[in-house]
Amino acid sequence: MAAMVEIRDARKVYDGGFEALKGVTLDIEEGEILALLGPNGAGKTTLISCICGIAVPSSGEIRVGGHDVVREYRAARALVGLVPQEVNLEPFETVWNTVRFTRGVFGRPRDDAHLEDILRRLSLWDKRSSKINALSGGMKRRVLIAKALSHDPQVLFLDEPTAGVDVELRRDMWQIVAGLKEAGVTIILTTHYIEEAEAIADRVGVINGGRLLLVEEKAALMTRMGRKELRIDLHDRLDTVPPELAEFDLALEDGGRTLVYSYDTAAERTGISRLVAAMAEAGIVLRDLRTSQNSLEDIFVGLVHDGEDAA
Amino acid sequence: MNWTAVGAIYRFEMARFFRTLLQSFISPVISTSLYFVVFGAAIGSRIDEVEGVSYGAFIVPGLVMLSVITQAISNASFGIYFPKFIGTIYELLSAPISFIEIVTGYVGAAATKALFIGIVILVTASLFVPMRIEHPVAMLAFLVLTCLSFALLGFILGIWASNFEQLQLVPLLVITPLVFLGGSFYSISMLPPLWQNVALINPVVYLISGFRWSFYGLADVPVAVSLLAIAGFTALCLGAIWWIFRTGWRIRA
Repeated sequence: MAAMVEIRDARKVYDGGFEALKGVTLDIEEGEILALLGPNGAGKTTLISCICGIAVPSSGEIRVGGHDVVREYRAARALVGLVPQEVNLEPFETVWNTVRFTRGVFGRPRDDAHLEDILRRLSLWDKRSSKINALSGGMKRRVLIAKALSHDPQVLFLDEPTAGVDVELRRDMWQIVAGLKEAGVTIILTTHYIEEAEAIADRVGVINGGRLLLVEEKAALMTRMGRKELRIDLHDRLDTVPPELAEFDLALEDGGRTLVYSYDTAAERTGISRLVAAMAEAGIVLRDLRTSQNSLEDIFVGLVHDGEDAA
Repeated sequence: MNWTAVGAIYRFEMARFFRTLLQSFISPVISTSLYFVVFGAAIGSRIDEVEGVSYGAFIVPGLVMLSVITQAISNASFGIYFPKFIGTIYELLSAPISFIEIVTGYVGAAATKALFIGIVILVTASLFVPMRIEHPVAMLAFLVLTCLSFALLGFILGIWASNFEQLQLVPLLVITPLVFLGGSFYSISMLPPLWQNVALINPVVYLISGFRWSFYGLADVPVAVSLLAIAGFTALCLGAIWWIFRTGWRIRA
């Protein structure tokens, strides 16, 4: 089956000559959560804008549910909901009217029960008659989500939904996203909070300078790129790494009380058994062992930096 | 045609109008009353009848046109400029609707408001002066066409404007002079011959002349020419809008 969203060599050159997308190819499968990571100005929003119809790609092809977003825009856009990055809302309208408006503009017949359900899920039902400009920032974000969900989209784009949002609302949003995924909605999330991608995404794409640097299963990415560290607390302080252990990639920390061993989880042998045996032979007494893994953040920063160095 | 979407835009825009119904009502009623006090009662009593119609009654069609044109332009230009300004335009651009549907919704709502206000002014005027409408169907046709065509012009203006000053500029510098010099308060035949010819360049002359004809059977130019002029103007606006949407000018990156 074809992917829910197919992007083939999408390029976008703005009028000023700025090339925001330099040929992006990407398939997004039905029902998955894809996190697009990238620094500011990487092209995340431009990519979303091209898919949703806010910008027209300069070349390349984009399909949603098999429909070309330019030639068959009605069929393509009907499937898509968008939560924009900026809080763009009509300030003098009520919550209820703005949400109803969106459903109508997307050509769906009036369905008050459905809208009520959405508002309740987003804890907005009590605020339905409030004017938008009387709401807090977090509530406004919820309204944006309610609008995007009002017409039952199959594909939901969340463009930095949690930028400047408090912890509680962020957790709420992750729950909402998880619920939508269960209902089969395909979700594309841009963020520069790596913990967000780590917490909820199935796959992670990294975009920088208008290019997609990689797309991979989150778990595979973290295994492939993750360096692990073994931290060994020592009973007695060491001044230097003993010569018997010179063959291992070791560092002394914590004033000589901790040995840090870095290893690659993808390698055939991690060398841990040999290290422990060598330490016993050298008469070094261990107090404790801990391992820690690189976070997605480290991987991301590494990728973006490598990309910049290459450019 | 996605009528659900057109209806949603239309209702949303009309809701804004009904929220401010009092202002929408009161300001045209007061300004019209002022015109009648000044031109109808104070000055008009010293002016002879114009071609058999009392001066107060003579200016009614021009006054209605003045308000209707101003209202149609300002409503439509604001209607589309505001989403651009506050950013909610993203929703229209990402919705499965064509530009024709967007225009129909916004222009339809703006024209409705202008028509509503035009009727309010007519009713107000009838309280001050004895009025007669010889060709009611033609009168309504002129009124509706004017509302629509100037709402189209306002829509173009709202798309073009990149700030609030520009939004005010065209009505102030172009439309108001054209309407005032278009024979709202006088017959073109009162002008010296040279200026009569100059006046014929002004498109609003044809509108007001045709509209006045539908009331009193008096016209500066033949009615058919008036109808052609407004039809031509509407076509011109439609053409401009078609071009705007085809190219995405000032809307879509």
